[in-house]
Amino acid sequence: MDDTPLRYSRESGDPPLDWPPYKSTSLRHPKQPLVYLPHTITEITGPRLGGIISEGDNDLTNRHAGEPIGERIIVFGRVLDAEGKPLRETLVEIWQANAAGRYRHRSDRWPAPLDPNFSGAGRCMTDAHGGYRFVTIKPGPYPWGNHHNAWRPAHIHFSLLGRAFAQRLVTQMYFPGDPLFSYDPIFNSVPEQAARERMIARFSIESTQPHWAAAYEFDIVLRGPAATPFE
Amino acid sequence: MRFTTTPSQTVGPFFEIGLPWGTGPFAVPEATPGAITIWGTVYDGAGEPVPDGLIEIWQADPAGRFADLHDHGGPSMLGGFRGLARCATRDDGSYRIVTVKPGRIDAATGAAQAPHIDVSVLARGLLRHCVTRIYFADEEEANAADPLLARVPAERRATLLARPIDDGYRFDIRLQGPEETVFFDV
Ligand SMILES: [Fe+3]
Repeated sequence: MDDTPLRYSRESGDPPLDWPPYKSTSLRHPKQPLVYLPHTITEITGPRLGGIISEGDNDLTNRHAGEPIGERIIVFGRVLDAEGKPLRETLVEIWQANAAGRYRHRSDRWPAPLDPNFSGAGRCMTDAHGGYRFVTIKPGPYPWGNHHNAWRPAHIHFSLLGRAFAQRLVTQMYFPGDPLFSYDPIFNSVPEQAARERMIARFSIESTQPHWAAAYEFDIVLRGPAATPFE
Repeated sequence: MRFTTTPSQTVGPFFEIGLPWGTGPFAVPEATPGAITIWGTVYDGAGEPVPDGLIEIWQADPAGRFADLHDHGGPSMLGGFRGLARCATRDDGSYRIVTVKPGRIDAATGAAQAPHIDVSVLARGLLRHCVTRIYFADEEEANAADPLLARVPAERRATLLARPIDDGYRFDIRLQGPEETVFFDV
């Protein structure tokens, strides 16, 4: 009952809303100053969502008659707050392109093949230790129209509701050593190098399963309690 | 020890394969007595509709209580009340959410507040989500006493007011432009 704080820290390594290298920000970022919102009960509370999960929703490889094409991988980790406290009962949702870098979406016109055995979405709730785990295939990089010869590094989109409205996070998980990092305005919208590295998963030989799947570990840190009360 | 938070990234143009739920737009079951529809259109700085956005709401029930994981100030006694809804915008930039009108939040659970709904706006082109609040144009008295509305420059408050229409309320969101919606630093 009392394990959510009364207010959350606002420290963040988040990108700016106005980021000219990513062209779509230009007509979509608010230009007026944001109005400071002291956290009230509405911002420190969050939904119960256990009921929307079904068994197997965390396996993106068994939704169809056959196996999807690509490198089978396990993506796992923990959801923590900035004090290192595991966040249980938190909804983790992911979506991604297939191994060829194509999304099963009506607006994705990149002429890479669709995979009849891959839809590309999954979800799960964190366990008592804040842990989550997905089985999927490694997504491919894909081109986009932002600038000449623009390619996104391979990534998996992550959405987390956290335990409070103020902890809401949507991010992207990247793979270690991707040669496209330095060319990607979305990855580089995060101002600090150390914060960018928080979005890169770690290859885990310990959790890799012999003759079955490589494993990548990705811990996600949501905001924690504000260090010093004010207002 | 403090950990650095994981940074935000845009939902991109293809979140529709992962985020919408069948019952997503419903914060209450459709047959709930007193259910209302809130609908509107999301516009960009050129006044064009945003066809690849996602609206997510979080709110109290008519008694001012939350369907909260931790029972803060609650729990809500309204059957089937989820308090959370999400809806992707359509090709014409519109969204539609079915909910109940939240009650006033009384001072026992923090500062007294006028009926309001917290709103997250996510879209391609937003590197982090924007947060606004829906207040209700027909709650003049409660709005006049609301501590957060008091922080908003008077000439911009109207951008936070949902206007009554036949079967609910209309709340448009303008990300940019002369009537830019008020967004909050949360
Ligand atoms: Fe993507």
